[in-house]
Amino acid sequence: MEFSLTDPFLWETVIQGLLFGGVLALLSLGLNIIFGVIDVVWICYAELIMLGMYTIFFLYTEYGFPLPVAFAAGIVVVAILGTVLHYLVIRPILHTEPINQLLVTGGVLFFLQGLATMLFSVEFRNLGVSFGSFEAGNMFFPVSRILAFVVSLVAVVGLWVFLKKTYLGTAIRAISQDRDVMPLMGVSPAKIYLVTSALGGGLAGLGACLLVMLYDIHPAIGLTFGPITFMVCVLGGLGNMIGGFIAAFIFAEFIALGGFYAEVEWGYVLAFVFFIVMMFIRPQGILGSRN
Amino acid sequence: MGSSSFLTGTNAFKGVLLAALLTLPLLGFSDYVLHIAISILLWAFVYTSWSIMGRFGLVSLGHGAFLGIGAYGTTMLWNHYGLTPWVGIPISIVLSGILGLLIGLPCFRFKITGHYFALVTLALTEVARLLIVALRDHTGGSLGVTPVGMVSPENPVSFYALQFASKSVWFYIVVGVWLVGLLIWRAVDRSMLRYAMEAISQEEDASASVGINVTRTKLTVTVISAAMTAFGGAVYGQYQQYINPETVSGIAISLQIVFAVIAGGMFVQLGPTVGAVITILLGEGLRLGFGNQFHGLDVTIYGLMLILFIIYMPRGVLGKAIDAFAARTAPPRVQPGE
Repeated sequence: MEFSLTDPFLWETVIQGLLFGGVLALLSLGLNIIFGVIDVVWICYAELIMLGMYTIFFLYTEYGFPLPVAFAAGIVVVAILGTVLHYLVIRPILHTEPINQLLVTGGVLFFLQGLATMLFSVEFRNLGVSFGSFEAGNMFFPVSRILAFVVSLVAVVGLWVFLKKTYLGTAIRAISQDRDVMPLMGVSPAKIYLVTSALGGGLAGLGACLLVMLYDIHPAIGLTFGPITFMVCVLGGLGNMIGGFIAAFIFAEFIALGGFYAEVEWGYVLAFVFFIVMMFIRPQGILGSRN
Repeated sequence: MGSSSFLTGTNAFKGVLLAALLTLPLLGFSDYVLHIAISILLWAFVYTSWSIMGRFGLVSLGHGAFLGIGAYGTTMLWNHYGLTPWVGIPISIVLSGILGLLIGLPCFRFKITGHYFALVTLALTEVARLLIVALRDHTGGSLGVTPVGMVSPENPVSFYALQFASKSVWFYIVVGVWLVGLLIWRAVDRSMLRYAMEAISQEEDASASVGINVTRTKLTVTVISAAMTAFGGAVYGQYQQYINPETVSGIAISLQIVFAVIAGGMFVQLGPTVGAVITILLGEGLRLGFGNQFHGLDVTIYGLMLILFIIYMPRGVLGKAIDAFAARTAPPRVQPGE
C-alpha cells in the first residue's frame, strides 16, 4: 500500500486509534492505582472487567433494567469484587514475596474465567445497543467509541482531582509514597488498601461499561484485554497515571496503524515488541522514576 | 542427600518405581489411559524445564514462546521443507535457546526482575502467539496445523518423520524425555550454578561483589530452561499431530505452566511432575465425572486450588509433604533466610 498523508482512510485509522487509546487509558487506570498504592499487579484485572460486562448484560437484556442503572450496578459490583479480592486473597500474603501476589491473582484469573464458562457458557453475547455513527468529512466513527473516549478523559481528570483535592485521595497518595511512615501519622494502610481496591474495582467496572458497548462478551475476553492493559501500565511506569495515559495512545496507534497496513495481529506484534524494547531502554517506563 | 551409592535404599526404591512405570503399556490398559500417562509425563517434562529457572525466582510468564518455537519450528520445517524432525528438533531447540539469550541478556543486564521480568516475558509469549496467528499463510493461523502424516494403518511407524501410531511407543519415548528432564534438574541442583543462583536470588549486588557473574549465571539457567521447553513443545507436536497457537503459546498456557509447578512444588525434583499429575488428573476426573455439562468446572476448581496453594502451601504439595516428613524425622534445623 502506498503511503500518503492525504489518504482519508489513514486519517480515519489514526483517529480510530486515538479513540481506542482512550479505552485503553481507562482500562489501565484501575490497575495503575492498585499497583501504585498496594504494589500488587492484579493479573485477573481484565477478568473483573469481564464479570462487570456480564452484570450489565444480564441486568439490561434479561431483567429489563434501564442501561444507566445496569451501568451503575456493573461499577458497584466490580468495586465490591475488587474489595473482596483484596480482603480474601491479597491481604493474607501481602507480606510474602511480591511475585506471590502476582501469581495468586493469576489463580483468580482461572477461577473467574472457569466460573464464567460454567455459569454463562462459552457463547458470545452482545448487548445489542447501537448508538449509530458520527460522520466527519468522509470519515465515519461509531458514537460508542467517541463516548468511550470522552468517558475515559473525564475519568482520568476525575481521578486526578480526587487524588489531589480530597482528604482520602491525599491519604492514598501518602501511603503510596511511604508505607512505613504513614501508619505513624495515623493513616491505616489496611483501610486505605481496601478503599483503593474498591476504587480500582470501580474503575474496572467503568471499563466494563465501555467495553460492553464495543465488544461481544465471552468468558475468555479477559485474555484479549489483560496483556495489553498490563503493558500499557508498565510502559507508562507502573503506578504512574499520566505515563499510562500516554502509553495507552502509543499502543493504540501501533495497533490501529498495524491493522491498517497489514492485519490487526501485526499491530499487536509491533506494539508488544515495542514494549519489550522499551523495557530495555527505559525499564522505569516512559515517565516513571524507578526507586 | 550427599552420599548416594547406586544401591542405597532410595535408589532401589526409585528403580522399582521406574520398572513399575515401564510395565504400564504391557498391562493391557486402554489407549485412553496411556494417553493420560503420556500427557502427564510430557507436561511434567515441560514443567520441570520451567522450574529450572523458576525455582530461583526467575518467574517467567513467557514459556509459551519457547514451547511455540519447539512445536511450530519442528512442524514448519517438516511441512514446508521436508526436514526430518531429527534435524528440525535440534534447530528449534537452538532457536529457542537463542531467543532465551536475546530476551534474558537485556533483562539481566538492566536488572529487570520480579514483576517486570514476569511482564516482559508475558509480552514475549503474546508476541509468539500473535506471530503464529499473523503468519497464517504459513502456520495455518488460529486453526492450527497438522504435521504432514507419514503413518497409516499399513505403515504404523515412521522413524524419519518421528511419527508412531502406537501409544505404547510414545509412552516409552516420553518416559525417556521425562527422565532426561529430571537428570538435567538434578545436574543443575548439584552444580555450582545452583549455589550461585541461590546467592543471586537472595542478594544480587552482594553476589556480584563476591565474584559471581550474575548476568552469565542467570543466562545459563534461562537458556537451559528455554531449550528444554522447546524440546517439550516439539515432542508435544509430534505426539499430538496437531498444534494451534492457543495450546502452545500465549498467556493461558504460560500461566498454566507456572501454576502446575506451584501446585506440585518447584523446589523439589519431582514437584513439577506431581503438579502435572494433579492438574491433568483433576481435569480428566472432572470431565469423566460431570461430562461436558459443567464445562469450565475444572478451570474453576483449578483456579481455586491455586489461590489456596499460594496462600497456604507456597512450597507446593510435594514440598509441603517433604517438609512435614523432615520435621517429624529430623531434629529441628535453622532454615536460612527465615
